[in-house]
Amino acid sequence: MAHRVKLSAALQAQIIAQMEAAFPNEGGGFLLGDASGETVEIRDVIGVENTSAPQERYHRYAMTPLDWARMEDEAEELGLTLVGYYHSHPHSPAIPSEYDRDHALPNFTYIITSVMQAKAADLRAWRLRADRSAFDPVDLQITADNGV
Amino acid sequence: MAAITIPTPLRMFTEQKKVVEVTGSTVGQALDDLTRQYPALRDHLFNGAELRRFVNIYIGEEDIRFLNGLDTQISADESLRIIPTVAGGKGV
Repeated sequence: MAHRVKLSAALQAQIIAQMEAAFPNEGGGFLLGDASGETVEIRDVIGVENTSAPQERYHRYAMTPLDWARMEDEAEELGLTLVGYYHSHPHSPAIPSEYDRDHALPNFTYIITSVMQAKAADLRAWRLRADRSAFDPVDLQITADNGV
Repeated sequence: MAAITIPTPLRMFTEQKKVVEVTGSTVGQALDDLTRQYPALRDHLFNGAELRRFVNIYIGEEDIRFLNGLDTQISADESLRIIPTVAGGKGV
């Protein structure tokens, strides 16, 4: 199982810009790429609207199931796979919450961005253990170009 | 046989199969057959006897929660799809 994730600086900047724009609410989207080897290689990030109730968006992020189905199908048409998803924690550390764990799947990369005062303060990657007991940190490598 | 499409991250438990053929005349029986074939899936789909809240089962574009849940009748060649709801948040 891969314990390393590669993300280009350009895609990292795209995530950060989206998370800062969503502040003080949470934002998020999908990570597309290749998870067939030891290293998960993220090739694209796709922002998805937060469908949580408006009054809950300061601490909740959600997509519809049909967002998942559409993105899974589109990724496969592009020769990619759905390798994970990202969301923000406004005013809070980039550490998964119990709510995150309750809604997580194994074999999936979770990138969390901490946003403080409308600026990204930290960005970390995690994976759920197969027994669902906890998340483990993943070595996130930021690469200079969009190739990996 | 009915067929169930598996979400990408859970294919690690189905020998990377995207679609698994199952038997059963209800959604619940089909899922029981799926998790009998691939037992490691069960804990990620169910919390006890209930589907986890973020796990949705679709028949076409219909969520079984708006049909008859796990008791929803299916035809012998029905196509089901397991679709997670992506959700997260910083907690309280």
